[in-house]
Amino acid sequence: MKPAPFDFVRADSLGEALEALHEAGDEARVIAGGQSLVPMLNMRLARPSVLVDVMRIRELCRIEERKGQIVVGAAVKQVELERWSPLAALLPLVASALPWVGHAQTRSRGTVCGSLAHADPSAELPLALLALGGEVHLRNRRKKRVLPASAFFMGMMATAVEPGEMIEAVAFPSHPMGTGTAFNEVARRHGDFAIVACAAIARADGTNRLAVGGVADTPQAIELPDPADDGFEDALNEFAWSLGARDDLHASARYRRDLVRSLGRQTVEEAIAWRS
Amino acid sequence: MAKLSREASHEVRFRLNGRNVTAQAPARMLLTDLLRHVLGETGTHVGCEHGVCGACTVQLDGEPVRACLMLAAQAEGADIRTVEGLELAPGALSPLQAAFREHFALQCGFCTAGILMSLDALLERAPDASEETIREHLSGHLCRCTGYTPIVKAALAAQAQLKEEAANA
Repeated sequence: MKPAPFDFVRADSLGEALEALHEAGDEARVIAGGQSLVPMLNMRLARPSVLVDVMRIRELCRIEERKGQIVVGAAVKQVELERWSPLAALLPLVASALPWVGHAQTRSRGTVCGSLAHADPSAELPLALLALGGEVHLRNRRKKRVLPASAFFMGMMATAVEPGEMIEAVAFPSHPMGTGTAFNEVARRHGDFAIVACAAIARADGTNRLAVGGVADTPQAIELPDPADDGFEDALNEFAWSLGARDDLHASARYRRDLVRSLGRQTVEEAIAWRS
Repeated sequence: MAKLSREASHEVRFRLNGRNVTAQAPARMLLTDLLRHVLGETGTHVGCEHGVCGACTVQLDGEPVRACLMLAAQAEGADIRTVEGLELAPGALSPLQAAFREHFALQCGFCTAGILMSLDALLERAPDASEETIREHLSGHLCRCTGYTPIVKAALAAQAQLKEEAANA
């Protein structure tokens, strides 16, 4: 239960980090807060030969409002976003999802972008990003690219990040007026992995979006009519089946589908109630 | 930029319980092992080594963190406080520690150091934390002896005492 040997690079600038990642290619991993990576190292599920620490890169420590987006740098800790005072007004969905991420003792060190990079199917931040239609800013030493959440998450713990590349920041679209959002989760204990997590957005025009985590390999989203409409129940049921729920130690596939239907409806209804 | 190669040990400097510490650690060494095996500070316990049990929780720049999920090299320049740093004076327990004894908030003691560091940070940051918040913070710790209720009682008692002391100060 100790990491296999690796070289450790403490980068002071983005340029240094990108150069180190380029040199080591697919042997390298970025380490930020380490709350997902260090368990993988300890269990030797990950054996990178080079770790590039990005936590001391100043330009990655910022939370900025830019053109209708909230851009969160790769070294911003979850607790820093949680305590960022405009959060509840600008990103109410993220504000309600964050307390569900791990425990206070891991949010104090884990980063927002690190959770996206880990891409656990039951993680809350990837779910919130997909629900909101946010973007991930990637960069290698030569070029930058921006991917929508739907293209970034490629499978269970698999993302579009290529060797030599790292997440520079994540951009959440800020909360439009007249929209309501809600987040709910069922887990065995607070802070445990979600059995099912739901994020809903109720727009001013009466349309709704529901995203679900913990069931499929990546978070998935669906557009839904008003819960009072005839089509709502069927659309939600079809969505629940489409996620390909499996039985595991924590819950049966059937229970997960049930949760998608009941918690999904409840979350959409709560989002509508918050719409103003 | 610092490059620490896998073959050698490297110097790590940080503050530990108010004093400056310099130690040698291989690049892959965890902070728990640096504290316990290199520095001999064995109050920080090691349970699961993947961040679930909370036994190794220490304070890093005032925030509770898992020492098993940190590399020693990442502690460079940090201010770390462990359970050894809680007592007010040699042999004088802090109000939180005294409340744990008073309310039987420990039995085997394996989880205690981590829980103390979490609750100490919480009561420092949020002196008015509700019982619900205290329970939520305890959800980051596993205790197999107490059933948690005595721990919540101890935390609330310590909170009341700390508030009284603050009011009289």
